[in-house]
Amino acid sequence: MTSSARLWHYLTRYVDNFLLAGLLLLMLVGLLVLYSATDANLSRVSNQLINMLVALAIMWLVANIPLQHIMRLAVPLYMIGLMLLIGVALFGEIQNGARRWLNIGVTRIQPSELMKLAVPLMMAWYFDKHEITLRLRDYAVATLLLILPLLLILRQPDLGTTLLIASSGFYVLFLAGLSWRIIAGLLVVSLGSLPVLWVMLHDYQRRRIMTLFDPTQDPLGAGYHTIQSTIAIGSGGVIGKGWQQGTQTHLDFLPEKSTDFIFAVFSEEFGLVGNTALLLLYMVVIGRGMMITANASTQFTRLVAGSITLTFFTYIFVNIGMVVGILPVVGVPLPLISYGGTSMVTMLLGFGILMSIETHPKLVKT
Amino acid sequence: MRRSVELRNHGRELHHFQRRLAVSVGFVILLFCLLFARFFYLQVSQRDHYHALAETNRISISPVVPNRGLIFDRHGEVLAHNYSAYTLEIIPSKVANLEATINELASVVEVSGRDRKRFKKLLGESRQFESLPIRTRLSDIEVARFAANRYRFPGVEIKARLFRQYPKGEGASHVVGYISRINTQDLKQLETDGDFANYRGSDYIGKIGIEQSYEKELHGITGTEEVETDAAGRAVRVMSRNPPISGNNLKLSLDAKLQEVAEQAFGERRGALVAIDPTSGDVLAFVSKPGFDPNLFVDGIDSENWDLLNNSIDKPLNNRALRGLYPPGSTFKPFMALAGLELKKRTPQYAISDAGFFSLPGSGHRYRDWKEGGHGRVDLHKSLVISCDTYYYGLANDLGIDKIFSFISQFGLGKLTGIDIDGEVSGLLPSQEWKMKRHQQKWYAGDTISVGIGQGYNLTTPLQLAFATAILASNGTAFRPHLVKQVTSSKTGEVRNIVTGPLYTLNFNPDNVAHVHKALVDVTQPGGTAARAGAGASYSFAGKTGTSQVIGMKQGEKYVESKVNERHRDHALFIAYAPAEKARIALAVLVENGGHGGSAAAPIARLVIDYFLLGKLPAGAASETGDDGEGVHD
Repeated sequence: MTSSARLWHYLTRYVDNFLLAGLLLLMLVGLLVLYSATDANLSRVSNQLINMLVALAIMWLVANIPLQHIMRLAVPLYMIGLMLLIGVALFGEIQNGARRWLNIGVTRIQPSELMKLAVPLMMAWYFDKHEITLRLRDYAVATLLLILPLLLILRQPDLGTTLLIASSGFYVLFLAGLSWRIIAGLLVVSLGSLPVLWVMLHDYQRRRIMTLFDPTQDPLGAGYHTIQSTIAIGSGGVIGKGWQQGTQTHLDFLPEKSTDFIFAVFSEEFGLVGNTALLLLYMVVIGRGMMITANASTQFTRLVAGSITLTFFTYIFVNIGMVVGILPVVGVPLPLISYGGTSMVTMLLGFGILMSIETHPKLVKT
Repeated sequence: MRRSVELRNHGRELHHFQRRLAVSVGFVILLFCLLFARFFYLQVSQRDHYHALAETNRISISPVVPNRGLIFDRHGEVLAHNYSAYTLEIIPSKVANLEATINELASVVEVSGRDRKRFKKLLGESRQFESLPIRTRLSDIEVARFAANRYRFPGVEIKARLFRQYPKGEGASHVVGYISRINTQDLKQLETDGDFANYRGSDYIGKIGIEQSYEKELHGITGTEEVETDAAGRAVRVMSRNPPISGNNLKLSLDAKLQEVAEQAFGERRGALVAIDPTSGDVLAFVSKPGFDPNLFVDGIDSENWDLLNNSIDKPLNNRALRGLYPPGSTFKPFMALAGLELKKRTPQYAISDAGFFSLPGSGHRYRDWKEGGHGRVDLHKSLVISCDTYYYGLANDLGIDKIFSFISQFGLGKLTGIDIDGEVSGLLPSQEWKMKRHQQKWYAGDTISVGIGQGYNLTTPLQLAFATAILASNGTAFRPHLVKQVTSSKTGEVRNIVTGPLYTLNFNPDNVAHVHKALVDVTQPGGTAARAGAGASYSFAGKTGTSQVIGMKQGEKYVESKVNERHRDHALFIAYAPAEKARIALAVLVENGGHGGSAAAPIARLVIDYFLLGKLPAGAASETGDDGEGVHD
C-alpha cells in the first residue's frame, strides 16, 4: 500500500460512505438555500461552512470510537448532563426569557443539547444491561430516566428540545418492545393530561398552539410567522420562483428565514418539485439509518441507532410541519440546512455514532 | 442450556425488534406523505391564492405628486415657481425620543431654534405617520454629512422635494397668496369635496390668494406608481408608473412691473390700490400695504414670525384691497352726479348758491360743507371739480334713498364684484330695507343727506371702488374683475380665458356721461382738488379725490389734522382713469390715515398711470408722493 492509500484507508475506515454522501448533499443544499436566505451574505455562508466542517470532524472522530467505549460513556454523560441541568435551573443565565445557558467560566453551554444524545444512550444502556430479563419494572425505570431531564428542560422553558428528547426516549422505549397496550394506555393518559399540561404551559406557548389552529387570530404577533411562511410556500407553486427569486424571502416578509423557517425559503424558490426531492433525500438518509439499525448486533446499538434515526426524522417532520402550518411553532431547526452550529454538531455526532455502529466489527454477545 | 435459552431469547428479541423497526419505517413514510399532501395543497390547489397574497404583500400603489402649476404675470414674469431641494425629514412615529434625536441631529447639520419651533408647530398639526421636515434646503455638504451619519438616525431621512417659491417676496403677496402644509381642516374640506384621493401624497395646498382660489387648476392630477416594497414598507423598485399630470399654469392679468411701481409709491404707508383695465376687467395692479413674505409660510411658519405678522398693529395679513371697508367719501360724488343727470333731477346748467351748509326744510340741523362759508355758485361741473358737499346734500335729498340705491347699485357698490380670489366682502350701500333689517328702524330723510357725499352708512372696499370707476370709465360696460387672465392646460397646451365678455352694459345717455368725464378731467387741472397731482400730465387724467372720516366730529367741531392721533386721521381716497376719452386704466387708491385724497392718494395714482400709459418710471423713491408737508407724524 502506498502511503497516500494508507492515509485514505485510515481516514475512511470507519466512515459509512453511503450515509456520508447523503449528508454532504443535504449540507450542500443547506449552503445554497442559506446563500439565498441571507441575501448573498458570504460571511454567514462561510460561517456555516465552518460549522459544517467542525461537525464533520467531530462525526469522524466519533465514528472512529468503538462502540464499547461509547457505551461506557453513557452513564457518566447522563449524570453530568443531569447535574448540569440542575445547575442551569439554579444558576443558569436568562436569555430571551428562557433559562437555558450555563456559564462555566470559559464558555457558555446549553446542557439540554447534550441530553439529546445522553438520554437515549442512557436508556439504551439500561435496556442493554437488563436485556435478558426485561420486565415492566425496567420500562418504568427507563421512563423515569427520561422524565427526570424532561421536567428540568420543560421548566427552562424549552418546548422544542423537550419534544425532541421526549420523542428520542419514546423511540428507545418503543424499539425496546414496550407493549402496545401500554403505548395505547400512555396515549390515553397523555391525551387526558393535555388540560393539565395546558395550565402548566407559558402564555407564549399557549398562544403558539392557539395560533396553529387559526393563525389569522394574531396576524402581526404569533400568527405572523405561519401566515408569511405558508404564503411563501404556496406562492412557490410547482416549480418555485427560482433560486434567489423568492419575493417573500428577499423583501423580508419571512421571519427567521435563515434558521427555523429556512424551509419556507427553499420551498418558495424551488416549489413542489424541490420539496419532493428534499423529502426523498432525507428519506435516503433515514433509510440508511434504518438499515444500520437493522444490522446492529447488540441491544444497545440497535436502540441507539434506531432512536438517532427516528429523532432525525422527528426534527424534519416537526420543523417542516410548523413551517407549512400543521404543527405549532416550536424552536426546532431543519437538520443540516438551518443556520447554526450547535444543532449541526449534535446531528452529526449522532451520525458519527451510527457510522461507528456500522463500521466497527460487530460484537456478538458471548 | 443457559446458552440456548439466551440464543432463543435473542432470536425472538431480534424478530420482535425488526417488527418494531418496520412499524417505524411505516410511521416515517406515513408522516412524509402527510407533509407531501400539505405541500400539494399549498403549492398546487391553493397556489393562486397564495400567489395573490404574495403579490399584495410586495406590491403597493404609491401616489406620485404632480408638479404644481406656475404663476406668471401678464408679460410672463414668474410670480410663483418650484425648485428642487433636499430636506431632512423625521417620521415621528418611528422615532422613540424626538427631542434626543433632534439634539443629536444638531451635531451633524445645523438645526436652528427657528427650525425646532417650526417642527414643533408642524407636529401639532400633522397627519399621522407623516414625515415632517426638521430642516429644509440642505447644502450639498450637509447632505453628505448626514449620509455618513445616517445609521445613527433611524426614522430620519433625506428627501428631494419640490418647493414653492415666490421670487417677488412681499410683492403682490396678497394676490398670489401662498401654499402651506395640509392641516386637518384642509383634509376635512378635501373629503367633503371628494378630492381626497387626488391629494394622497400631497403635502401642500393653497391657503390664500390665487394659490387658494385656483387650487384645482394648480394642483394637477396625482399619478400612481406600483412599487415593490419590503416588509418594512420601504420601496425597493418601481414596477409600473402612471405619470402624474402637472398642474395648469396661470397667466395673471396683473402687470408685475406696474404692481411694483404702485407698491413703491406707497412707501411705508398703509393702504390699498386696485387698477383695472376697463375694457376687459383685467386687474392690472392689486396692492394691499403692508404685505408679507409668502415664502415664510411654505415650510410652515415659525411662531415668532407668525406673532410678528399676526399681532402687528399694521395688520399686514389683512388684504385691504379685498376686505378693507372704508366710507367712499367724495369719490362717491361722480356716481351721484350721473344719477342726478340720468334720473333728470339735475341738468348740467342747474346751479345752487352754496352758503356752506344744507338744512332739510323745517329743520335746524346744518349739514356742513367742508369749506366754511361755502363755494358760492356751484353747478354740476364745479361741484365735482372743487368737491362741493352742499350740492350733493341737496341732490341726495331730491333723489331719495331708493333711487340712489338702485342707481348706484349698478356700479357694483354694496355687492361682491366676483373677483377670482376668495374672501371678498360686499361692503354696504344703504337702503331702507337694509336699515330695517339691520337696525329695525325706519329710514329718516336725514340719513339720505350724508349718503350723498359717501359718508353715513356707506362702506366700500378699494376693489369695489375701482370696479365702479372702471364701469364709469367705460361708459357703462361692466367686466368681472379678474386677477387670472388665462389658464394654460399642462396636458394639452390649450389656453382658456377666464373672462370672455362683459357682465352687463348700462345704457347711459352719452351726453350725461361726457359731462361727468369733463368735470373729472378738470379735477386734475388747476383749480381742481387734485391739481397738483395732475400737473403736467400728457394725457387726459380723470380723477376724483375723497376723504373718509375715521372718527366722528361733533356738531360745530373742527377737524385739525395735526391735532389728531395719526391712526385717527382721515383716510385719503382717489379714484382715477385715463385717458378719459378712451380709458385704458381705471383705479382706486386708498391711503389709511393719509389725510386729504388730493395730496396723499392722487400722486400715487399719477405715478401708476404715468408708468402704465407712458412707461415712465417714477423719479427716485417714493419721497415725491409723501405727505404734502402738513401735519406731524407721531
